[in-house]
Amino acid sequence: MTEESSHSMSADLTKADPAVPDRTKAGTPRKDAARQAFAGVEAVPGSAKPDPILIADGVTRRFGGLTAVDVAHVEIQRGSITALIGPNGAGKSTLFNLLTGFDKPDDGTWRFNGASLSGVPSHKVARRGMVRTFQLTKALSRLTVMQNMLLGATGQKGENFLRAIFPMTWRAQEKANTLRAEELLVRFRLDAKRNDFAGTMSGGQRKLLEMARALMVGPEMVMLDEPMAGVNPALTQSLLTHVKSLREEGMTVLFVEHDMDMVRDISDWVLVMAQGKVIAEGPPEQIMANEAVIDAYLGGHHDAPLQDEEQAAPR
Amino acid sequence: MDWSLIFSNALAAMVGLETVVFALAAIGLNVHFGYTGLLNFGQAAFLAVAGYGLAISVAEFGFSTGAGVAIGLIGAVVLALLLGAPTLRLRADYLAIVTIAAAEIVRLVFRSVSLAEYTGGSDGKGRFSEGFYSINPIPIGRYGLGPLDFDERQTWVLSVGWTLVGLSCLLVFLLMRSPWGRVLKAIREDEDAVRSLGKNVYFYKLQSLVLGGVLGCLAGFMVAWGNTVVQPDNFSTETTFYTYTILILGGAARVLGPVVGAAIFWVLLSLTDNILNQAKNAGYISDAILTGFQVGQVRLMLVGLGLMLLMIFRPQGLLGDRRELALDVR
Repeated sequence: MTEESSHSMSADLTKADPAVPDRTKAGTPRKDAARQAFAGVEAVPGSAKPDPILIADGVTRRFGGLTAVDVAHVEIQRGSITALIGPNGAGKSTLFNLLTGFDKPDDGTWRFNGASLSGVPSHKVARRGMVRTFQLTKALSRLTVMQNMLLGATGQKGENFLRAIFPMTWRAQEKANTLRAEELLVRFRLDAKRNDFAGTMSGGQRKLLEMARALMVGPEMVMLDEPMAGVNPALTQSLLTHVKSLREEGMTVLFVEHDMDMVRDISDWVLVMAQGKVIAEGPPEQIMANEAVIDAYLGGHHDAPLQDEEQAAPR
Repeated sequence: MDWSLIFSNALAAMVGLETVVFALAAIGLNVHFGYTGLLNFGQAAFLAVAGYGLAISVAEFGFSTGAGVAIGLIGAVVLALLLGAPTLRLRADYLAIVTIAAAEIVRLVFRSVSLAEYTGGSDGKGRFSEGFYSINPIPIGRYGLGPLDFDERQTWVLSVGWTLVGLSCLLVFLLMRSPWGRVLKAIREDEDAVRSLGKNVYFYKLQSLVLGGVLGCLAGFMVAWGNTVVQPDNFSTETTFYTYTILILGGAARVLGPVVGAAIFWVLLSLTDNILNQAKNAGYISDAILTGFQVGQVRLMLVGLGLMLLMIFRPQGLLGDRRELALDVR
């Protein structure tokens, strides 16, 4: 992206905003707030946000000679839904793994709520309030739906070996957790399945369960790795609603997704990765029209006529 | 053929020392493999460390039986930490490799000639069980129920053994219905998911390895007291694989699975052995088909065949839940 084009983009943005909602659909208060927060943000890779919950600097991960992730600077705005898009192999999932402690970077630092997360193991990342889901859904098959949910609760006394033997020390807490789990299951329409093994559920229901289970941790930020992958169209709408409701409750959402319609529908801000780098960011409408993004997805010369030498080559 | 003898032998095998020993070993392995999904192929090492810890400390260093037991328990905990600390962060297969190798190392160390002064080498170690039998409250005499008939020493060993089995089952039952047990079962299903929910998976796996090792080491004490001698070949890899067979036969991740599995396994071995021997002696089987020396091997073949049939028609084990097994775990 050239200097010139980025300037004109931010100019567009200020024109489009703020008080008058430019969309036909009525926004919710949180949505409008999130949109407004981005009003003054420049749509360039690594732009500063007014209230970032997550800031990453120079995060690099190499696999032998391949640099899978090389993110110079990125900030995620608190209370917003940020989409992370990019072609296959762009390093989105690797970045997720790095930020959540499931993989270790070769270099770089990142801060969550102002505290450094470099070198913090994955379970502690979750306890600090940043909880993730997985691209390949990880429902715990031979546990019931309710057991899956209860596992998400933090600070459980009964998870201590010695206390576990004496149910009176943890029963009250377990009851409270069960009530909370029950509420979430009702909200995600899984309450009828509470005593079924998670392994008996459909792919879409597993995605719902995984999201509900992540909420049991009580996170501030939820990282969803392809929440809609392999989900039938009837369920995607309900999943979308749930993702939006996370923002309504004040949580920050960062999610990886391939479906552009979905990204346009729910995200406040979009980050685009290609070959390990963040190549563009901005509001969804603008990103869809961004040349660098289209090039990254479809190749630089996808709409140019074949040159003579290219036509000659295959023969 | 004397069927009443065949059945009374089978009944004796059901409650006998071997059933007790393998039930305890399998209860420990159930915590590892059944509940946590840890592939421990060295359960025999926990038995060996406990048995030898007790035997050497009492016979060589003059410790009391209680102190000997404490040393055996500490040995099992240390072994679990040694095996687990470097491997439990890695993929599951590494634990399997390390445990099977460690079990053989432990057995060969106890068997080695250079340490024979302390361990008794391949002859094993004796003269440590007086303390155990001196606290036997059961008066001299014969005890039994129906065809069962034991002297006061056997009765004492079996009473202690079955009490330990009962207490171990109770402990496993209490733990596995608690949130602690839920974390273990979740780790068996998918440890990354458990990590993403804020649980220290490594620490739980280590706890599981220690608990299962300590339960298994009770089996080591029972071997030692029951035989009044510990021999290195009591603790070969065969012991571990019998334990796996028993666990799967009874039903993994079931509190009573190991106990049922152990009883049935030893009853089957006793039945096939007695029936074949009696049929042989009565002349029903000619030497051309089976010689007297081959009976021992053939009974193992028959039991193996029976286990294969069980796995085909009841893969979840006797106490398992077929619905659970039918689930696609990944």
